[in-house]
Amino acid sequence: MADIEVKDKGKGGKKPGQKKHTTRVDLTPMVDLGFLLITFFMLTTSMLKPQTMEISVPSKDKVQEDEQNKVKASQAITILIGKQNKLYYYFGAQENGIDPKLEETDYSAEGLRKILMTRNAEVMNNVSQLKLDKANRKVSEEDYTKKLSEFKAAKSAPTVMIMACDDSNYKNLVDVLDEMNICNIARYAIVNITPYDLGLIDKKTPPAK
Amino acid sequence: MPKVKVPRKSTTVDMTAMCDVAFLLLNFFIMTSNFVAKEPIVVAIPSSVAEIKIPERDIVTVLIDKDGKVFFGLDTQQDRKEVLDNVGKAYSINFTDKELIEFSKINMSGVPIEKMKAFLASKPEVRDSKEAAIGIPADSLNNQFKVWMKTAKQVNSKLRIAIKADQETPYKVVKSVMGTLQDIKENRYNLITSLKEVSTK
Repeated sequence: MADIEVKDKGKGGKKPGQKKHTTRVDLTPMVDLGFLLITFFMLTTSMLKPQTMEISVPSKDKVQEDEQNKVKASQAITILIGKQNKLYYYFGAQENGIDPKLEETDYSAEGLRKILMTRNAEVMNNVSQLKLDKANRKVSEEDYTKKLSEFKAAKSAPTVMIMACDDSNYKNLVDVLDEMNICNIARYAIVNITPYDLGLIDKKTPPAK
Repeated sequence: MPKVKVPRKSTTVDMTAMCDVAFLLLNFFIMTSNFVAKEPIVVAIPSSVAEIKIPERDIVTVLIDKDGKVFFGLDTQQDRKEVLDNVGKAYSINFTDKELIEFSKINMSGVPIEKMKAFLASKPEVRDSKEAAIGIPADSLNNQFKVWMKTAKQVNSKLRIAIKADQETPYKVVKSVMGTLQDIKENRYNLITSLKEVSTK
């Protein structure tokens, strides 16, 4: 192959016919094989492990109703995931028969995220300050996690209820859950949509017929 | 001046070093590789900013495709065998050893239990075909999925649940799966997503 034999003419009184064998083995095919296998393994392996989002939901036998009622109306945000990638939200709850104002928004950074960030401004500020401190090594890893959960659990932080209607898709749900992560909201729950909330959406969007 | 003698050099390059490198890399890839698991259906997972990596072992994957078919996957062969055996018992179907071994080779299953015997007896080509990917019944009338999950948890209590669903999956299906998990008191689970970069400012 890449080998050009430099022939030694049998000068040194060697008998003709007796060949001098070198112990050298041409390794080129072996290298070829090695790289072939490397390519194979590189292509078949999944180096990138997928990310996961951890969620925990309340168990069914707990009295869920109580839990929901405890949410202070002033801190409550209800997010309604509608069909065809529509997204609605309202603050508070129905009071004295007056419906809360339902607003439409979207999944972009200017939409839901902005709203949540304004509502959660205090926590956001605290957290970003903490992250800055951590980057400058002012706080230790332990303190960081401790403080982070402390900030997130602040009393003033909003509580978000996520309701998805049956016609929405999974991506919508993940997107909303994602916004919770981005906006450092610790208190949120996925709740079954109520007929009342469906009614609100219907009122907002008059039938197009 | 004496004549400069140009030595005749051979063009042979010593391949030993290169060979070493090649095999070193090969070793690395063999050691670190975990093969791309074959899944009966292709799902496009949604993206999120979550950065938690999924654990390597002891996970049970629930795969949901956009038509709402549910698949069930365990990561160790031993678990798979035991789970099938127990699920079979729950539906009074007895699986032979051969069938159990055959099942333990399958990464993800999505076959109603009454069709499982026929499925295991069929050829691998038939098994991989789209027609064979029926999905496990997960509705309230015939919730085999619940039995599968319950059995899996009994067999290996360390199992973590990972839900891998298609972006387009209707929320209805996801809700019913989550509801089922709630029924068997599984309140913590992971949603598998791909990474997305997001600026907070």
